[in-house]
Amino acid sequence: MAQVLHAAPRIAPVDGLADALTKALGVNLLALKQEHFETVLTVERDSIETVLRQLRDEFEYQQLMEIAGVDYPARAERFEVVYMLLSVTKNHRLLVKVRAAETTPVPTVTTLWPNAGWLEREVFDLYGVVFADNTDLRRILTDYGFEGHPFRKDFPLTGYVELRYSEEEKRVVYEPVELPQDLRQFDFMSPWEGAQYVLPGDEKAEGEAK
Amino acid sequence: MSGLTLEQSPTTGDEVITNYTINFGPQHPAAHGVLRMVMELDGETIERIDPHVGLLHRGTEKLIEHKTYLQALPYFDRLDYCSPLAMEHSYVLAIEKLLNLEVPLRAQYLRVLFAELTRICNHMMNIGSHIMDVGAMTPNLWLFEIREDCLNFFERASGARMHSAWYRPGGVHQDVPLKLLTDIADWLDTRLPELFEDAMSLFVDNRIFKQRNVDIAKVSKEDALAWGFSGPMIRAAGIPWDIRKSQPYDVYDRMDFEVPVGTNSDCYDRMMVRVEEVRQSARIMKQCLQQMPDGPIASTDRKVSPPKRGEMKQSMEALIHHFKLYTEGFHVPAGEVYVATESPKGEFGVYLVSDGSNKPYRCKIRPTAFSHLQAMDFMSKGHMLPDATAILGAMDIVFGECDR
Repeated sequence: MAQVLHAAPRIAPVDGLADALTKALGVNLLALKQEHFETVLTVERDSIETVLRQLRDEFEYQQLMEIAGVDYPARAERFEVVYMLLSVTKNHRLLVKVRAAETTPVPTVTTLWPNAGWLEREVFDLYGVVFADNTDLRRILTDYGFEGHPFRKDFPLTGYVELRYSEEEKRVVYEPVELPQDLRQFDFMSPWEGAQYVLPGDEKAEGEAK
Repeated sequence: MSGLTLEQSPTTGDEVITNYTINFGPQHPAAHGVLRMVMELDGETIERIDPHVGLLHRGTEKLIEHKTYLQALPYFDRLDYCSPLAMEHSYVLAIEKLLNLEVPLRAQYLRVLFAELTRICNHMMNIGSHIMDVGAMTPNLWLFEIREDCLNFFERASGARMHSAWYRPGGVHQDVPLKLLTDIADWLDTRLPELFEDAMSLFVDNRIFKQRNVDIAKVSKEDALAWGFSGPMIRAAGIPWDIRKSQPYDVYDRMDFEVPVGTNSDCYDRMMVRVEEVRQSARIMKQCLQQMPDGPIASTDRKVSPPKRGEMKQSMEALIHHFKLYTEGFHVPAGEVYVATESPKGEFGVYLVSDGSNKPYRCKIRPTAFSHLQAMDFMSKGHMLPDATAILGAMDIVFGECDR
């Protein structure tokens, strides 16, 4: 591993952790990488509860600090659900990931940590990942009656509806978003450094170069 | 006695009084922001609380995905607006961890100095408003005087009283004048202890304050761990867990300070942990001022931190760097990190996913309030309705951060 130059929280690496985890988790462990001074495990989706129970009881990761969703639209199973674990006795952190699609529910971990309830609700609200057996899977951060999952990459930054007070109806009403000018999205990708798109005019050269 | 009949009480008789539900907030002075709690009460005893959050949700994390790393920084000030610099701290450390970027020593000292000033500033707000929630007016007014001093210091360092946007990946934005450091040192020696201990003498042993806080919402060590508590909440439960000590960042490993813990794990302990933290913060700040070396205040890596204005007049390369940094920004190597720091309210974490471009692919913010507020239901079960404000006040919740 590279030399530590940064000033971020210094966490001493645990000797032989990777081997011990590989041995203990067996087939449930899909990948383990140690990069950027973090240990990241990818595990089988359906066995997430078993794995986290093992990590909590055998490896002393007592606290579930956070559950994050990440969206990669290009993948077949587009979502990643990341569990951040903390051990206050071993003074170590661990990231555990599972992959999921819109239609494949992730087993809940509310059975292990009571605070997983809201954290799962948040991922469900913002990404639409369903957590099986979470008994209280309501929306949490968005408005009452909101439609869609706003943090997906294909959900526009401006949303679809906007809110205003209607003097005629004497109440707040939703209306489709109307922008006086287009939302400015700048393209910073340099064509010299591997931009992924076809530059204007490139299509003419098709066939000639080959 | 013949013509007299005893008047029947309207509450007795055949009528059965059932549980009823009341709405606490979203506009309630003791809710510390826009919190709506649906409370199920049996008389005045709380049976169940369902907190509804998200009324201040602004989609910060989504907005950050559409900004460059540097443009995203000011969003962090606006999360927990009572301790803005502590929020920035996690974010810049996360970027530095992905870049594995070295930060000059003076910048690290400055960041610790101002992070601790932020802690004092935050605790003044929290202690004061908590005391006001449980019925005393004066300490809040006195503590706001200290907060005003803190905000003046922020203004002199960064130009802004609250939303400083002063930390940068690789250091801080500007150096501070020497006069500011000497003024902070004087303030720590004279004004702060005087004002603070005066205000503390009003309520620490006050009978009413104790009646409202002692033995309210006791949480066992096991519960504190299971519910994901952090910061003063977990320390009040008797677990000496402080990220500044156990996973030191910047120059915290050079600082000599104590971690206060509670013994009874009630609202009173949570408040007293914060009171002691203020004294320890002052201690850390004094050490920073004594040890702070001279030198650069930002990384000398020109691919990340901009050159000085004077340099740009002389050097073409410096001019190009400046232009590139403020249009395209810097690129961060692909990868993911989770960086958590000890913010005044607890563990504030940033989970940063980079795809190698100049914008974060995903920036998940771990608010302290989310896990704490979630425990509101189990902590207030069986307590009286007025205790709910005490429990809420001792949690120290700010909705800018909770709802993001």
